[in-house]
Amino acid sequence: MSGDRLSTRFAACAAQGRAALVTFVTAGDPDLATSAEILAALPGAGADVIEIGMPFTDPMADGPAIQRGNLRSLAAGTTLRKVLAMVTDFRKADDATPIVLMGYFNPLLAFGPERFAAAAKAAGIDGCIVVDLPPEEAGELAPALAAHGLHLVRLATPTTDAHRLPTVLSGASGFLYYVAVAGVTGANSAAATDVAEAVARLKASTSLPIAVGFGVRTPEQAAAIATHADAVVVGSAIVDAIGAAAEERANDIPARVAAQVAALAQAVRTARTEKAA
Amino acid sequence: MNAPTGSLRAGPDANGHFGEFGGRYVAETLMPLILELEQAYIAAKADPAFQAELDDLLKHYVGRPSPLYFAERLTEELGGAKIYLKRDELNHTGAHKINNCIGQILLARRMGKTRIIAETGAGQHGVATATVAARFGLPCTIFMGARDIERQAPNVFRMKLLGAEVKAVESGSRTLKDAMNEALRDWVTNVHDTFYIIGTAAGPHPYPELVRDFQTVIGKEARAQILEREGRLPDLLVASIGGGSNAIGLFHPFLDDKDVRIVGIEASGKGLTTHEHAASLAGGRAGVLHGNKTMLLQDEDGQITEAHSISAGLDYPGIGPEHAWLHAIGRVEYQSATDTEALEGFQLLCRTEGIIPALEPAHAIAAVARIAPTMAKDQIIIANLCGRGDKDIFTVAAALGVTM
Ligand SMILES: Cc1ncc(COP(=O)(O)O)c(C=O)c1O
Repeated sequence: MSGDRLSTRFAACAAQGRAALVTFVTAGDPDLATSAEILAALPGAGADVIEIGMPFTDPMADGPAIQRGNLRSLAAGTTLRKVLAMVTDFRKADDATPIVLMGYFNPLLAFGPERFAAAAKAAGIDGCIVVDLPPEEAGELAPALAAHGLHLVRLATPTTDAHRLPTVLSGASGFLYYVAVAGVTGANSAAATDVAEAVARLKASTSLPIAVGFGVRTPEQAAAIATHADAVVVGSAIVDAIGAAAEERANDIPARVAAQVAALAQAVRTARTEKAA
Repeated sequence: MNAPTGSLRAGPDANGHFGEFGGRYVAETLMPLILELEQAYIAAKADPAFQAELDDLLKHYVGRPSPLYFAERLTEELGGAKIYLKRDELNHTGAHKINNCIGQILLARRMGKTRIIAETGAGQHGVATATVAARFGLPCTIFMGARDIERQAPNVFRMKLLGAEVKAVESGSRTLKDAMNEALRDWVTNVHDTFYIIGTAAGPHPYPELVRDFQTVIGKEARAQILEREGRLPDLLVASIGGGSNAIGLFHPFLDDKDVRIVGIEASGKGLTTHEHAASLAGGRAGVLHGNKTMLLQDEDGQITEAHSISAGLDYPGIGPEHAWLHAIGRVEYQSATDTEALEGFQLLCRTEGIIPALEPAHAIAAVARIAPTMAKDQIIIANLCGRGDKDIFTVAAALGVTM
């Protein structure tokens, strides 16, 4: 592989003694052109890893903010093919920032798992998170992703007990995504102590980096998670801000997102030193 | 697909698959819950006390067995095969939905769950769920599409009278599929105390199996009743299909009787050539939604498209996975009936038999009206009259241009 962008990036953040910031935006939200500009602005603002949501009509695991982002994107005509083209463009200027696609299985199945894996690799995508594809059903997608050197990122949750964890970890790669609260995206935040405990428990069973998401909205919350986890994921707060700006018909949406991400990045980068001081 | 050897009633396999369909496509948060439900169901099935309590409630609370009624005037009018109606519209709450709700709430109690949620389209499943929740003193929240709330006002009021909270779902097409999304979101948020009573033979394993099992009381009774009345099995079974629970309930006990022709009726709305229909077998492709792989109405990008039917209970872009499989192997034949045909079937049954059917089984009656005249007079049809039509009189009046 031309260097595995995910492991390279996680190793670099670890070497700096800090957590990585993972930002989530829905592709094509509020429209493809603006979305491409947002994407291009994220690394400079301090996003270490980018998660891109593939829009779906029925995002069952998402709360209102990301549901609306999905609908804005679909209304603007986003398709999986256009999402892949957007990433291809992004890679012309940035070959280092890892990109993980996140979404639901049906659009991938309709595209065709093998065709999707080949196209995603060619576009410069590093891995996928498929929310409604538990390990038991992964057989239809996992081999195609593996054959093209793409990671299939697994999720652990507060309901993942010791009995379930080995199933989740078998075949996990890239990083492990810890869903900090039982619920949909945009829910209330988890207590930092619970997260610390969960991360410690997961670390005992895997050497993969652990990213914690769901319910992380503010720089303060991000900093609290960043003292324990290898990465912090922020999604709904950014998607909410994009939605609000789109509603006002603002023409500086990428700059606003960049400012929001910069504040999150600042908090994540200094979290451990602040705590130690 | 290769025709399976052995019994057609043996599915699903250990992972909840019927051929390529079914499975457990849910968020990881729900996986331990679904596995726990499966274990609880296996234990309940093996427990004679569970079956005894279920049987007792079905008899004394629901009013089973439901009659198998010879529809003499309908038979005369159509001039062909003898038509029997399985009268599940006479159940407490007026539809087959309660058969399943009783079974699931007993499971919920066994599992120590203290809160009930459900989705509903026509409101029949919502009413049945609110009913059993009241009967067992458990708080209950029903998710219902805002559009369905408008067209099923009497059932919304019934649910409220029964003490349920009815949450209007404003997302997406504001119908059944969106209500199911919202119920899944609630479930994932309240996994520890909440039991989700799914209303049709769809969703992640083990739901398609357990809903089917609780509904097969329909087919088991019908089989015994027709053997007693006619001394032989029927030539044809007909049932309407939304998610497919009333249909699989009637069909399943007959699947291995090769001489019994079985026909399921999807709702073709304004016609299969329009995009306004709910026939996911006739007009859909295999895909994944709401926890199972099945046939779905979707565009070429895998986005789910909106279904349409005059009947809120059939207005769903998917179908239970066992039907998708029975379709693929060719054991069950699937046809459809339009809104207009269903309205004709509705009026036909009112006029000939003095029975006001729900708009859902009116689709089955429409198919019977089409098929019976092509059959011999000594042949026998059983149609599933799975719901009564009181809830639909406003919709029918509007469709017929009558102001009430
Ligand atoms: C009377 C009646 N029949 C049929 C249906 C459709 O569901 P199913 O296909 O699961 O029987 C409904 C759903 O609300 C209903 O109320």
